[in-house]
Amino acid sequence: MDKPKIELKLPIIANMELVAINTAEVVAKHMDLSEDKAAEISMALIEACINAFEHSQAQNNVFIHFILEEDTLVIKVIDQGIGFDKSKVQIPKIENKLGTDERKRGWGLQLIKELMDTVEFESTKEGTTVTMTKKKES
Amino acid sequence: MSQFNVSIQVENDLVILTTEGYLNNEGGEMISGICYENISNGKTRFLLDMAQTKVVNSIGVSILIEIIEKLQEVDGKLGYYNLAPIVDKTFKIMGLTKYSSVYATKEEALADF
Repeated sequence: MDKPKIELKLPIIANMELVAINTAEVVAKHMDLSEDKAAEISMALIEACINAFEHSQAQNNVFIHFILEEDTLVIKVIDQGIGFDKSKVQIPKIENKLGTDERKRGWGLQLIKELMDTVEFESTKEGTTVTMTKKKES
Repeated sequence: MSQFNVSIQVENDLVILTTEGYLNNEGGEMISGICYENISNGKTRFLLDMAQTKVVNSIGVSILIEIIEKLQEVDGKLGYYNLAPIVDKTFKIMGLTKYSSVYATKEEALADF
C-alpha cells in the first residue's frame, strides 16, 4: 500500500507558510508526535517555505509534500526557482554579525538542520527540493 | 494569525513590550521601531513578554539581533520572558542568548533588570 501523502500547493504570498504549519500540526497530531517535535517541525517548515518564497525567485507556486511513514514524517518543500549552491552557504554566527556590516539574516538552513533529524537539498537551475525528516522516537 | 500587536509599558525607565502574534519581518520591525524611538529618548533597558507569540521566523528574530547591536552602542540591555519552548530553542540556535537574557517569568526578569 502507498504511504499516506498530503500535498499542498502554496502561492507565493506573504505568510502562506502559516498554511503549511497548520497542516503540519494536524499531521504531527495524527502521527502522535510530541508537542516539542511538532513545534520543531513547524519552525523548520516555516524556514524552508521562506527560503522557497524569498530566495528562489520562484515565480510560480511552492509545493509541500508530507509523507507519513510508520515511524517517520518526511516533508518535501519544492520550488521552481533558480536554485542555490549549498557549498557557498556559510554557517551563520552571531559573533560575526554584531557590530559589523554583515547582514543579520541568513539563518534558515542552519535552523532546519538543527531542528530536524535529517535534511537533504537537491538544487538545480530549475528548482530546489528540500527533504527533511523527523522520527517519532529519536 | 499573521496579525502582530505590541503593547508598551514603561516602569522606572524599563520598557516592557508585550507581543502578540507571529513574529515575522513586520513584527520585528514593529518591535525595533518602538525600541529605537525609546533609545533615542534615553531608554536603555527593554524586556519582551512573548507569552502570546508562539510562532516566529528567523527574519523576525534577526531584527532582534539588530536591536541588540543598537543597545550595545548605548550600554543597554534586552531580555525576554514567557518564551514558548520552540522560541527559546530558536533564540539559542541563533545565539541571541549569548547577548541578551531569557527569563522564565516577569518577576525573574525584573529582579535582574
